[in-house]
Amino acid sequence: MTEALLAALVFLPLLGACLLLLAPSSWRATILLAVTVPLPFCLLPLTLLIADAGLFEMTLAGHPAPLGIRWRLDALSLLILWLNVSLMILVGLAAGARFAPASDVGLRFWPLWLLLAGGIHALLLSADLFNLYVTLELVTLAGIGLIATGGSGAALRAAMRYLLLALMASLLYLLGVGLVYAEAGTLDLYQLGETLEPGLLPATALVLMLAGLLVKSAIFPLHAWLPAAHGNAPGPVSAMLSAIVVKVSLYIIWRLWFWTAGDWQLPAPGLLLGLLGAGAILYGSALALVQKRLKMVVAYSTVAQLGYLMLIFPLSGLLAWQAASYHLIAHGLAKAALFVAAGNILASLGSDRLRRLAGLDQRLPMDVFALALASVSLMGLPPSGGFVGKWLFLRAAYEQNAWGWMALVALGGLLAAAYLFRVLALTCFHPRSHGHSTRLREPPTLASLAGLLLALAAIALGFASAPILALLEAAWPGAMTP
Amino acid sequence: MSSTALYVLVAAGLFGIGVYGLIIASHLLRKLFAINIMGNAIFVLMVAASAPLDGRPDAVPQALVLTGIVIAVSATAFALALMVQLYRVTGQASLEEDPTEDD
Repeated sequence: MTEALLAALVFLPLLGACLLLLAPSSWRATILLAVTVPLPFCLLPLTLLIADAGLFEMTLAGHPAPLGIRWRLDALSLLILWLNVSLMILVGLAAGARFAPASDVGLRFWPLWLLLAGGIHALLLSADLFNLYVTLELVTLAGIGLIATGGSGAALRAAMRYLLLALMASLLYLLGVGLVYAEAGTLDLYQLGETLEPGLLPATALVLMLAGLLVKSAIFPLHAWLPAAHGNAPGPVSAMLSAIVVKVSLYIIWRLWFWTAGDWQLPAPGLLLGLLGAGAILYGSALALVQKRLKMVVAYSTVAQLGYLMLIFPLSGLLAWQAASYHLIAHGLAKAALFVAAGNILASLGSDRLRRLAGLDQRLPMDVFALALASVSLMGLPPSGGFVGKWLFLRAAYEQNAWGWMALVALGGLLAAAYLFRVLALTCFHPRSHGHSTRLREPPTLASLAGLLLALAAIALGFASAPILALLEAAWPGAMTP
Repeated sequence: MSSTALYVLVAAGLFGIGVYGLIIASHLLRKLFAINIMGNAIFVLMVAASAPLDGRPDAVPQALVLTGIVIAVSATAFALALMVQLYRVTGQASLEEDPTEDD
């Protein structure tokens, strides 16, 4: 039964993608609903199972590793699965208002959308390095295809640049996988934790895989492709890319670091990764402060917020683990809300230049409200999901007397407040003469509602921390091998 | 020189050619060729690195490389389609920014 639920998570979206391409256009909306609606109901029993047992493993079609494929579900993958399914539904509402399933652009958009979801689900369940490679390729290619549905020259150019870098990154990762196999004779993420000993070849392999994955997750200083790609994609696509696509490659880094190389004792490389994160927070925030377009502000904010996810490496410990996982989920919801709202504003104004936003609080109140709520979570103000994440980071740093990291987390929150208030203040600014009061196309109510619901979810996450943190505590690898 | 060392040298040479091409070329088609050459270097290396000591070939790296080739082909096809679309919209098949375009 559980096997069937896991299979449904992966194969329902993939099946839907194929059906969308074959079926007559009038059926597409029904197919989309039919493959999306069951997903949360698949996750519910799995959540109960993981809360109870902590872990579930299965071997596909009974073929054992190394040739067979093993799937593994634990609290971390479960939480990110929940994030993805929530985003699929809520961002999907906004996308449905913009890309009508029955239209031509709908035929280009929705199969890729489902492929992306199926790829992310398969990635989160995969337990071996090579399947992670295959699923990561699927996620990246589907994501790039979605950027290209934007259609403008800037979007296509950004997609192409992203694609070239992503292909190169995949090759680095694949080279690492080949070296690991030559050394250890297995590719299983968790068996490797026991068999792979620190040495020159495994270290080279790890560095190659890390380099590839850092490019894909746009960690400073390898972030150059992200702002253009996320800033020029259609709003709902930017939301998915920033909220989850860049995170899943970081998820693989976490798996490699804490499971495969869990007992390697790597304080110096961990510190280096943490410093990259610090660079991301400072540089991303500084550039977000000087952008002229709303979506570019939000895109550079993603560069900054991804930096926090790197602090898990130097602070390595249960609290930092909970903090980073919580931040991942909270940032996913808040950033999706920001991009959906920014996409709505761009669609109704015809531009998202910041100086055009003046007085928008009265003209698009719902979108501006979503923007403000999501900003609260992103700045880390209580009560919100973002606050819980940052608070846990501060506690983790405090317990290790790591004052530098504490200052960084606090400063990052201040900088986020600065670049987000800059935007919010403009929307509430009412120049006395409405000289160029352009006419405005109201965004579809459903799209505005989707942004608002995402922002509310990011806030609500601040109240639901206890069960989630308990789940995460059980999944922390350090707890199993002290 | 053992045959494994030869394969590793070939792979390194191919990889170098690929990196050079990727940096030097501005036309996207050339960049794609370069990436494919880099990919092939890695495939050669993966097969060579898992060369059997007792004469029995190991099926796993072969399967991995085969899957890798399939992925490389589909990714290249996708990149070519994207390149054609980019050419249709902007009139150029390179990533050099058009200075007249408003960002």
